[in-house]
Amino acid sequence: MADQLMAWLLAVLETLLFIGAAPLLAGWIKRVKCRLQNRKPPSLLQPYRDLRKLWRKQPIVPHPASWIFRIAPYVVFASAVLAASIVPLLAVNLPTERIADVIVLVGLFALGRTFLVLAGMDIGTAFGGMGSSREMTISSLAEPAMLMAVFTLAMSAHTTNLSQAMDYVLDTGLALRPSFVFAMLGLMLVAVAETGRIPVDNPATHLELTMIHEAMVLEYSGRYLGLMEWAAQIKLMLYGVLIVNIFLPWGIANELSWAALAVGLAAVTLKLALLAVVLALSEALFAKMRVFRVQEYLSFAYLLSVLGMLSHIILEAPHVHH
Amino acid sequence: MSITDLDYYQQAVLLLAGLIGLTSFLMLGQSRLVRLVWIFGLQGLLLAATTALVAAVLDSPHLYISALLTFCLKGIVIPNLLNRQIVRLGLHREMDTIEHPARIMMGGAALMVFSYYVSLPVIAQSQLVTLNAVAVSLAVVLLGMLLMITRRQAMAHVVGFMSIENGLFFAAVVSTYGMPMVVELGIAFDVLVAAVIFGVFFLHIRSSIDSLDVDRLSRLSEAEEK
Repeated sequence: MADQLMAWLLAVLETLLFIGAAPLLAGWIKRVKCRLQNRKPPSLLQPYRDLRKLWRKQPIVPHPASWIFRIAPYVVFASAVLAASIVPLLAVNLPTERIADVIVLVGLFALGRTFLVLAGMDIGTAFGGMGSSREMTISSLAEPAMLMAVFTLAMSAHTTNLSQAMDYVLDTGLALRPSFVFAMLGLMLVAVAETGRIPVDNPATHLELTMIHEAMVLEYSGRYLGLMEWAAQIKLMLYGVLIVNIFLPWGIANELSWAALAVGLAAVTLKLALLAVVLALSEALFAKMRVFRVQEYLSFAYLLSVLGMLSHIILEAPHVHH
Repeated sequence: MSITDLDYYQQAVLLLAGLIGLTSFLMLGQSRLVRLVWIFGLQGLLLAATTALVAAVLDSPHLYISALLTFCLKGIVIPNLLNRQIVRLGLHREMDTIEHPARIMMGGAALMVFSYYVSLPVIAQSQLVTLNAVAVSLAVVLLGMLLMITRRQAMAHVVGFMSIENGLFFAAVVSTYGMPMVVELGIAFDVLVAAVIFGVFFLHIRSSIDSLDVDRLSRLSEAEEK
């Protein structure tokens, strides 16, 4: 009983850590990117300062807004938090990770996105509708690719539960699986598209020709905007943690001891920091692409995921001798 | 025996096989000729790396020679030849339009599944662990054919033809410890000569129809087009 309680407590703490660390990751990416572009980087804590500033300001709600506009930030944030509680960060086999699998995770992303899109259209401005329609286009193409990548993992691990899948990868040790390489590449492309980074979307600008996420949250201010931004940062971290913990789960805690958790924290920090460097590098190297080319990009992600699935079936098939 | 029971060399061979399959798909979707040739060169390099690895796995030293040969010919010489021709014929800025890219990709995936089913009985007959890659090599052959079918540019046809040869070579490497050295040398130089002859053909096609678009070859005409 005490063990159970400890495990639940740890799961809650882990989720809080997840939510608390998300702005830090965003700040780190920004810092690396500034360095690469020879600009003077802001402090690592700048995202926290921005959130605090937004929190203090009075939120202004446009006149034609309905209740959807008001509850959307809470739903978006809550779905991000729920998703964060499912994804193993420091340890596997926590109680929250056992109750929901990866398909639920995709569903939670979809829930948050639905309300984001509804809020974008709620005001009736041209920008909001444009951003919403673009977001839906992109997500309808990105979701199959993500699910396919996830199914590749599930076929290898014989489970859709994230925690058990990570356990499986940990148990089998280092193996050069072609299917995992393809699935990881596919998931990385999907992550870039879904979190609105360059080359699909540029979160740092307000250029009406290309913006997607910004267009949807354009009418938000104060606390609401803070929640939206924070949810976006959590989503970015979610994808990062998914990539590093599914495909390279080494270091993650198997048992619940302080030493193992400390190792897990150090490992996941290091891995995320490195992944962020890769992301920042790709953002510095590639230009934002035209909106109409995004479908090509996402079909490439889907192709990678399908190839992952195929190479799981073809190349990793158990070899039967006659 | 699943992939986790194999040693790292064999896993690496399978991984490289997967990457070779990927390059075939990339070629199928690439409309710029220069990049098409570049990806073809990449496939040659991956093929050379796979051959070297298979040589290490199967402990057959003559495969190192054919790896070196592949590296030089398919990785460096032929892509360079083709690229020079592209630049000389002024095709390096032209885009080869691909009609229905999504359908072609789906067709490619279907071909890969098909080649898996075709090669299943072959795989079941053998003791060789790298044999799972036979399906990929057959897929590379079929994807090369698909590339030739779906393109208009004669240059893309040549790249498709060469990648068919890559697939055959790959099949030989993973399934039968490589071909005899004489055969291998013969094929390597055949391909090299083919690359040169294609260059002559390009000049002829171009001088007769003023383009390398083979769709314009569908009509027979002795007289000057008016």
